Amino acid sequence: MSADAAVIDVKGLCKSFDGRRVVDEVTIRVGRGRICGFLGPNGSGKTTTIRMLCGLLKPDSGTGTCLGFDITREAGEIKRRAGYMTQRFSLYEDLSIRENLDFMARVYAVPDRRRAVEAALERLGLQPRAGRLAGQLSGGWKQRLALAACLLHEPQLLLLDEPTAGVDPKARREFWDQIHDLAASGITVLVSTHYMDEAERCHELAYIAYGKLLVTGTAEQVVSRSGLATWTVSGEGLFDLAQELRHQTDVAMVVPFGNVLHVSGVDAAALERAIARYGGRPGLQWRRSEPGLEDAFIHFMEDVREAHR
Amino acid sequence: MSAFSWHRFIAVLVKEFVQMRRDRLTFAMMVGIPIIQLVLFGFAINADPRALPAAVLSADNSVFSRSFVRAVENSGYFRVVSRIETQREAERLLAEGKVQFVISVPENFSRKLVRGERPVLLVEADATDPAATSNALAALLTLNQTALARDLGGSLAHLQNGPPPFELRVHRRYNPEGITQYNIVPGLIGVVLTMTMIMMTALAMTRERERGTMENLLATPVRPIEVMTGKIVPYIIVGYIQVIIILAAAKLLFSVPIVGSLALLSVVLIVFIAANLAVGFTFSTLARNQMQAMQMTFFFFLPSMLLSGFMFPFRGMPEWAQWLGEVLPLTHFLRILRGILLKGNEVAEILPSLWPIVAFLLVAAAVALRRYRETLD
Repeated sequence: MSADAAVIDVKGLCKSFDGRRVVDEVTIRVGRGRICGFLGPNGSGKTTTIRMLCGLLKPDSGTGTCLGFDITREAGEIKRRAGYMTQRFSLYEDLSIRENLDFMARVYAVPDRRRAVEAALERLGLQPRAGRLAGQLSGGWKQRLALAACLLHEPQLLLLDEPTAGVDPKARREFWDQIHDLAASGITVLVSTHYMDEAERCHELAYIAYGKLLVTGTAEQVVSRSGLATWTVSGEGLFDLAQELRHQTDVAMVVPFGNVLHVSGVDAAALERAIARYGGRPGLQWRRSEPGLEDAFIHFMEDVREAHR
Repeated sequence: MSAFSWHRFIAVLVKEFVQMRRDRLTFAMMVGIPIIQLVLFGFAINADPRALPAAVLSADNSVFSRSFVRAVENSGYFRVVSRIETQREAERLLAEGKVQFVISVPENFSRKLVRGERPVLLVEADATDPAATSNALAALLTLNQTALARDLGGSLAHLQNGPPPFELRVHRRYNPEGITQYNIVPGLIGVVLTMTMIMMTALAMTRERERGTMENLLATPVRPIEVMTGKIVPYIIVGYIQVIIILAAAKLLFSVPIVGSLALLSVVLIVFIAANLAVGFTFSTLARNQMQAMQMTFFFFLPSMLLSGFMFPFRGMPEWAQWLGEVLPLTHFLRILRGILLKGNEVAEILPSLWPIVAFLLVAAAVALRRYRETLD
């Protein structure tokens, strides 16, 4: 594999279940040592795409490679070199932490298994709990264990499917620090998430909705590609204001964020005219602001949703 | 809060019905199992088997022996399926279970009969299952009084008075005292193995899927055949432990004679256990949860129990039920098991019952592997 070849390089992946197209022409390229955030609403095809990348599912059409191996014909080679962390905890709850790691190490034929397992326990700080049954662990510890298990065979590619769902902020931060360490050592990571703060920690993003890949690029690129202009408004009567603003054709979306509303539109000038009517209303503070990632994503999603109607 | 609210009761009730309707398989089982039981218990089972196959070994081709054989058939309990020449053939047919009885007419039967010497007519019965032969033998023992009534006229009329003109001697082979345990206890090996082997494998695989660990397993480089064999071998060992326990109990608690070769039995066991595990594996690829896996196990176990000849005489069943029984591995395994343990059968005698199990195993394993590959996607 040459240095600039992408670790994940797939084109036009499609997959249908029961006649419903779950993944539609998805093309992704991720270079070595990059962290690619894979975003999208629930049921948008993230998990299905990840499963196709690691050989768990065969795409109906589309081609590509992971780590230089063909995803349809050489799935076995990919499985041997990639680590896949499932969305739902999928190690054995009735095995202890050490037994789980030992099982995974055997399955991957890890050389010097015992030492690898001990090293993994130590690295993750799981050693004092090694004898505990996996089923008794809290969400955060389960997540650490699952990550440790899929790192045992020193994969060059990590596919993480919503790894931090249900994990507290501190554990999430530690997790992301570790992901960055891994990426720095040359491991490529594709991680799906719903959290915008996590999306911002990725080198690049891919956003998928209704099975279609809508946008790729860095966080800044994604925001600028949305072409949104955004105003924030704070003050009183925001709920009623939001209802009124939503009826304005030039207002693309109105999203409440805590005590402020984000009001966005595609045409900056038209948006300004639309909100000018409310500018005089007492008790409201209007401020021009930058659209965030979340604004951009919601905008992208609503665009396709309309196209779907 | 009232102690009992109709709203809350109705809420639970409606939810249960919705869930019941969702789980089609459970619903089908709830309707299907009573129907199967009705059919099996109602039509298939018959504790008074008739038309049992018998062989005639006649060294005396006279009007008397022919009349006797006809009378035997007319009793309804016997059906002469072959006429044989040698005692060796008789032994073989009994050992393989091809016939339930061998009727031996001795040399000079008619001459001795005419002379009033009361010759002995030997009936050998395969009494491994006492229930299968007892009624037939009871009917048989009355025949020496009446069978020859029409032939004994004229100058022979005097033979009709006094004791019967010939003596009937019955040899209950393999289980001379007619002890039911001799039949049931070895049979239990087959029944217990069928139950546990199918259930354990069906559950073991479904559990992986239900708990979500299957996804992790499939994402590793492990191959289907490795999963299948890795999961099956522990249960083969469990199966052998069960067999050892039952055999020890048979010997020590029930004094069941163990005539044949245990080495031969342990070889047959592998085939039988593998056949059941393949069924369990197939069920695990069909069942969506452990509950369904249990139901499928029961669905298979019930006919195995009733149609295999374990509980009720195989030959007492109508022909369609016998055909169903012939498909089940337990039927053949029980024949082998009783053959080896009680009759001392060797390889040659068990082969006719072994190949159907092998065929069943091949078909079940092919289905299991095929289904498993599909579930990879």
